[in-house]
Amino acid sequence: MINSTFSEKYDVVVVGAGHAGCEAALACARLGLETIVFTVSVNSIALMPCNPNIGGSSKGHLVREVDALGGEMGKNIDKTYIQSKMLNVSKGPAVHSLRAQADKSEYSRSMRQVLENQEHLTIKQAEVCELIVEEGIIKGVRIYTGGTYYAKAVVLCTGTYLRARCLCGEAITYTGPNGLMAANLLTQSLIDNGIEMQRFKTGTPARIDKRTIDFSKMEEQKGDDKVIPFSFSTDPDSLTKEQVSCYLTYTNEETHKIIRDNLDRSPIYAGIIEGTGPRYCPSIEDKVVRFSDKNRHQLFVEPEGLSTNEMYISGMSSSMPEDVQIQMYRTVPGLENCKIVRNAYAIEYDCINPIQLKHSLEFKKIKGLFAGGQFNGSSGYEEAAAQGLVAGINAAMYCLNKDYLIIDRSEGYIGVLIDDLVTKENHEPYRMMTSRAEYRLLLRQDNADLRLRKKGYDVGLITEEQYQQLLNKQSLINEEIERLKTTYVGSNSKVQSFMKKMNSSMLKSGSPLSELICRPELDYDLIAPIDENRPDLPNDVKEQVNINIKYEGYIERQKKQVAAFRKLEAKKLPDDIDYSSIKGLRLEAASKLDKYKPVSIGHASRISGVSPADISVLVVYLESRK
Amino acid sequence: MNTDTIAAIATGMTPSGIGIIRVSGEDAFSIASSVFRRKNNKPLTEYEDHKAYFGYIYDNDHVLDEVILLVFKSPYSYTGENIVEIQCHGGILVMNRILELCIDSGARCADPGEFTKRAFLNGKMDLSEAEAVMDVISSKNDLALKNSVKQLNGSLYRKITGIREKILYETAFIESALDDPEHFDLTDYPDRLSEKLIHILRELEILSDSFNDGRLLSEGVKTVILGKPNVGKSSLLNILAGSDRAIVTEIAGTTRDTIEETININGVLLNIVDTAGIRESDDVVEQIGVKKALDYARDADFIIMVVDSSEVLSSEDEDILEFIKKNDKKCVILLNKSDLGSVIGPDEIACYTNNPVITVSAKDETGIEDLKKYIIDVFSKGFIKYNDEIFISNVRQKEALSNAISSLLCVAKSITEKMSEDFYSIDLTAAYDYLGQIIGEQMDDDVVNEIFNRFCIGK
Repeated sequence: MINSTFSEKYDVVVVGAGHAGCEAALACARLGLETIVFTVSVNSIALMPCNPNIGGSSKGHLVREVDALGGEMGKNIDKTYIQSKMLNVSKGPAVHSLRAQADKSEYSRSMRQVLENQEHLTIKQAEVCELIVEEGIIKGVRIYTGGTYYAKAVVLCTGTYLRARCLCGEAITYTGPNGLMAANLLTQSLIDNGIEMQRFKTGTPARIDKRTIDFSKMEEQKGDDKVIPFSFSTDPDSLTKEQVSCYLTYTNEETHKIIRDNLDRSPIYAGIIEGTGPRYCPSIEDKVVRFSDKNRHQLFVEPEGLSTNEMYISGMSSSMPEDVQIQMYRTVPGLENCKIVRNAYAIEYDCINPIQLKHSLEFKKIKGLFAGGQFNGSSGYEEAAAQGLVAGINAAMYCLNKDYLIIDRSEGYIGVLIDDLVTKENHEPYRMMTSRAEYRLLLRQDNADLRLRKKGYDVGLITEEQYQQLLNKQSLINEEIERLKTTYVGSNSKVQSFMKKMNSSMLKSGSPLSELICRPELDYDLIAPIDENRPDLPNDVKEQVNINIKYEGYIERQKKQVAAFRKLEAKKLPDDIDYSSIKGLRLEAASKLDKYKPVSIGHASRISGVSPADISVLVVYLESRK
Repeated sequence: MNTDTIAAIATGMTPSGIGIIRVSGEDAFSIASSVFRRKNNKPLTEYEDHKAYFGYIYDNDHVLDEVILLVFKSPYSYTGENIVEIQCHGGILVMNRILELCIDSGARCADPGEFTKRAFLNGKMDLSEAEAVMDVISSKNDLALKNSVKQLNGSLYRKITGIREKILYETAFIESALDDPEHFDLTDYPDRLSEKLIHILRELEILSDSFNDGRLLSEGVKTVILGKPNVGKSSLLNILAGSDRAIVTEIAGTTRDTIEETININGVLLNIVDTAGIRESDDVVEQIGVKKALDYARDADFIIMVVDSSEVLSSEDEDILEFIKKNDKKCVILLNKSDLGSVIGPDEIACYTNNPVITVSAKDETGIEDLKKYIIDVFSKGFIKYNDEIFISNVRQKEALSNAISSLLCVAKSITEKMSEDFYSIDLTAAYDYLGQIIGEQMDDDVVNEIFNRFCIGK
């Protein structure tokens, strides 16, 4: 690092301008704080170095929630999507999830423009190498060229860049994704400040020249005819455009044989890779080894954008040497003559053990230092954006001396994501999954606005007008549900013939409309002919009314569970408790509690190794302190 | 926080004297009303504080026991909540059944130390007693855990584990399909699941019925009968079991060497691991022999060694005696076939071990009363505390089992009502969790791990 006396002062420093960094920087600047965001390359702002899509099962929920809170990801993908699909439509509303293919370079360019035009936001290309911490409080950062940037709060969103190394067989380069510069110095500064680091790995498949692919041997996958926006503020009509297709093909025994024959040349199986990889995004080597009974694996060939010939081969990430890659890709139907533009590779990077963070994403040890994204041991653009937004908002709240934004497990997937990160032992990059959300019937993508807009409004990212719209929507929903529960239809001939036509059993006596909606063969829209005084309502209101009535039994059950959950969350544990001195706590529990310093009884109960009896003991202890 | 009503047996599980079942919480009185009727056969509708009522506990339509019901109204009770205490005649089965009836009427099985905890949280105890309260909770819990899990009979444990694995697999399959819908197709899945559910529910219902018999769980003392072939192990077992012979559970997929029997000797339950030779005396089975039996004996609480007193000690006998000497277990040595004329007596045995020796004849059924007396003496004294904790946890386990069954019935209902697959996994997960409570296992990240282990998902 160069010695320099140059310095500047900001309210917030954001390190990294990926999906987490962008949200963090925008949130702080939009809340009126002077913010500077550092990136190793301005050309890589909001870069999508892996898959060319946003959303997907449970990740789509995250994007919706980010949008409800006032984040940018949803708006940006709405502007730059090239294909869109609502997944799981044949299943219940809780698991419907949006996924859109992005024009990668457009996505990046468009987000960069939003950042560039944002008031109070400065973009700076530089490598941050040192944290300035005084007495446990963050003071700023130093960059490689020597300058010092003082700030009240710092948000670390370094993604996969810290001491990154990319592996393609025997070829190892010390770079970040896409050959971008790695950040090699910050890790040491973090360690010097008492932060525990770990090393994770992930990987990406090859990109293939479209002109060398025979699509006739693959199955075309089109987008939905009716495209639904990610953002609650995007006008659905503005989304109409011609969509591009993806293509489905498969590996085969020949592919697998090549992989098996060359396993000794894979850096993972040769033991060269030290980082822990994610189980949900296995390399093709892993798939072939771990699921040896499968004679084929599904591959999706997805466009990287409109202005490029590169196609992303989803399902076939690898760290095999180049010559093996060429061989194995060419066994796949349609790829027989393919040319690889960019090789598949694995990437290793430093990240933190996220149990060092509070739910606000502030470090327990260092006041004013926040973190988001892959740096926290997660994976995925959406997971990154969600954390970046929360970390950014809370950095702002810290500067403004206001209450932190905490989303709990019953309020959003973001809450589940953050609680899991700060509470569980994570041994691999963490990915959001719908099975992780225990209250998922309540945490639907369709009601993210109803769940979280108020929080966005409270922190100041949602305008008064947007908030009033939400309140209006909520009251329309409530009124309509009330009307349907109290409007009875008699068993007259018009109703009976309607029931007959719908293959639904006849009414024996008068019935509220809401009960008819509950029947599996009927719904809110379908019963319109026998609902004579129905008001004219917007589609999103109708959707909420239908879901809330149709699934009322299940929803009420989860609401009860949530009530019980909240009671335990509300029992706060002071952070000065000396757990080892509490008689009756088992040794294992005491040491775990001491390590995690949970914020509430509920939080403590989710730490592995803490039993229900330990919780009872804690409750009694807490009472005795009063 | 404590809105639910809890119940537990408040006295020890001695088979004599008076037993007390305590019910505490908002619904204590209404729960009492549904199980108790006064002497004049009228249900109790008005509860007067600190009053005793004489009447009967009804199990469906028949009288289960004559009891006294004591009423304590909130806040003037031990826990500060509404409490009823049912004082009954104290037989183990009766107390257990009354507790079950209370649970069927809406009470929940109290956690270890929960009455004390509630008393404390409701301000009925001095703050300075907090530490003592925490001690009670943790020590009672330790004991309950140790007993419920360790004493769980092996076949039940394996059964529950097996069923849990099946449920987990289905849950993970559904969740994989939700997470990666383009990879996993759920067409026809509801029908397939429906069929599997029928089997799982049948298995659970059989288990539940055995719980009702009070025989499947090892309330008893884990016992192994050791002895070389043809010493009369099975005849002795048959005499001990008598007409009270318990059901025998054979475990699918295992060989005949893991048969367990529960027998009741004047209220002391012995859970006997039958080491094959015991039940069938044909040569093939006997071949499993002493070595295997010793493996079981290592986990046992009580060993009955049978020696043929009409022959000199063989090397097999000596091996067993050496084992007993090395392992500090409660043990009795039976000198059988006294009717054939003894060549060895207690003195020969005393060279190896100090454990008591009883001379018996399975053929003439002599000495059996001495053996029974010995068993009752040993196990209804020293083991009393241990027994009552086990009983309490059994009722809790039964409660968990019936919750698991209801959850699976919800899945079946969702299928019939043509709900989509994501609703199934909510109740499947609940059933998995309830079954885990029976064997003392928590859920943690089981579903996520199963997804990754079984299904190849991801980009």
